Amino acid sequence: MENNSLEKSITLEKRPSKASPMNAALTFAWRALLRIRYVPEQLFDVTVFPIIFLLMFTYLFGGAISGSTGEYLDFVLPGILVMTVAMITMYTGLDLNKDIEKGVFDRFRSLPIWQPAVLVGALLVDVVRYSLAATIMVTLGYILGFRAEAGFAGVVLAVLVILFFAFSLSWIWTMLGIIVRSEKALMAISMMLLFPLTFLSSVFVDPTTMPNWLQHFVDINPITFVVDAARGLIHGYDVTSELLIITYISVGLIAVFGTLTMYFFRNKN
Amino acid sequence: MDQSNNTYAVEADQLVKAFGKERAVDGISLKVPKGIIYGFLGPNGAGKTTMIRMLATLLKPTEGQAKVMGFDLTKEADDVRQAISLTGQFASVDEELSGRENLVFIGRLVGFTRKEARARADELLAAFKLEDAAKRQVKKYSGGMRRRIDIAASIVTSPELLFLDEPTTGLDPRSRNEVWGIIRALVKNGTTVFLTTQYLEEADQLADLIGVIDRGVLIAEGTSAELKSSIGVRSLIIEFADEHDLNKAAAIFAGMFTQAPEVNREHLSISVTMKDQSKAAQAIGELANQKIAVKDFSMQQPSLDDVFLTITGKPAKQEGGEASGE
Repeated sequence: MENNSLEKSITLEKRPSKASPMNAALTFAWRALLRIRYVPEQLFDVTVFPIIFLLMFTYLFGGAISGSTGEYLDFVLPGILVMTVAMITMYTGLDLNKDIEKGVFDRFRSLPIWQPAVLVGALLVDVVRYSLAATIMVTLGYILGFRAEAGFAGVVLAVLVILFFAFSLSWIWTMLGIIVRSEKALMAISMMLLFPLTFLSSVFVDPTTMPNWLQHFVDINPITFVVDAARGLIHGYDVTSELLIITYISVGLIAVFGTLTMYFFRNKN
Repeated sequence: MDQSNNTYAVEADQLVKAFGKERAVDGISLKVPKGIIYGFLGPNGAGKTTMIRMLATLLKPTEGQAKVMGFDLTKEADDVRQAISLTGQFASVDEELSGRENLVFIGRLVGFTRKEARARADELLAAFKLEDAAKRQVKKYSGGMRRRIDIAASIVTSPELLFLDEPTTGLDPRSRNEVWGIIRALVKNGTTVFLTTQYLEEADQLADLIGVIDRGVLIAEGTSAELKSSIGVRSLIIEFADEHDLNKAAAIFAGMFTQAPEVNREHLSISVTMKDQSKAAQAIGELANQKIAVKDFSMQQPSLDDVFLTITGKPAKQEGGEASGE
């Protein structure tokens, strides 16, 4: 190994100035995109998953709940949109957990960079993934006969609200991804939280048909607010108060779980 | 106190890391002068990785303090990170990406522009003889290539202090020699290297200063020669032309030395250990008196294995212990 190129390569004098937080985050996002290029199957959860969900629930429940699948589709599409995106946020935590287990995280944490960039970069790409899922569902919905009262603009607004909420929700999974020791355990915890949150909401049915005690839970479930807001934006009725509450919840989630995530990230054993 | 910052790369003062009740590192103090290779030697589970992870800012010490390149480990962690680089024991690059992508990625993170990062990646790939594998995913690399890309990723910007956690564990001898060559070249260029190893030979060959760690405690420190002389035992090895001479000599030595001579019939040699070196001349003289022909003889320093055995009372685990981590 006594070669000149080795000697030369290790006598680098110039040390670049620290990467900006923005550049560091974008570099991590670039890495996530590269990984998708190598393993495109990673996109199954945001492509195949939404299609199955939409077809399954529309044709399974449509007749029973609304009398016709066409009418039910208009009702349920905003709901399933929220549910699917909420469900796939948990993969953020799983990916992070795998990174940590493999050891490459030690390298990131020992680099002189703005530390949250590791997570922010990954989340940026996740938002792209969520958008992909939303786009696929809306397109399929239109093909199946879904019509938005407020037009396409309403759909776009609803998707933006969902993405914002999903980004905030992701911080719960990043925190769990760091502190939970195995992928399996993490999967179990995520499911345990997500199933009640998504099903015990206004995603599938009008909450007024539920027993009282259940309504109380559904009424304070954040997913219900997001579903109601999405429905309102898509079908054109006023949801200002829901949007306000979603903003509070989302900012709260980022503040609490973003802080906790960074705390555990820095103090990981 | 202050001028010591200029001479030491690492100054650890009673560092402790406890995981629950278990004290993985139990009060280690050490000083690593700049510009040397410091070898942290110990068996699996001795606390080597925990120590290196603390010094690389990945773990907060439970007790004690340390300065790394003059910066306080906990209060000035960012400054420490600016000066160091870590090559962990396991994946320290992204296995899903290619070698070149990994280097460009790290280059961008440390602040190079896209163009600079690419140029630097290509320079390193050439230097580490990885050009042919540049576009292959790292998970398809051989063990030796993996180690080279790991180290290349650590010196995208030349660190002042490089931590290497078991850099040659599991490598074949040729790859190991290549890694040794890289480490020596780095030190020649002014980088301080702090490496852990469970191979006595590696510490012996490579390290200017060796710290011996066992169960979280630094049990000995010194140069390889110091450690060997500290136990004060030397071996005399004598080779003979035939078995007849060998047997006669063995009989003579059995009476001369307190410790029984070791007879190696395959190499027709005898090895005797002694504290007093003058005994060696006596032994050779006695053979001449008895007209026993000596083919060759040499004095040998004890191996680090002997050192380990003397200090801890048990042999160091060599080979086999395929990195169970700690």
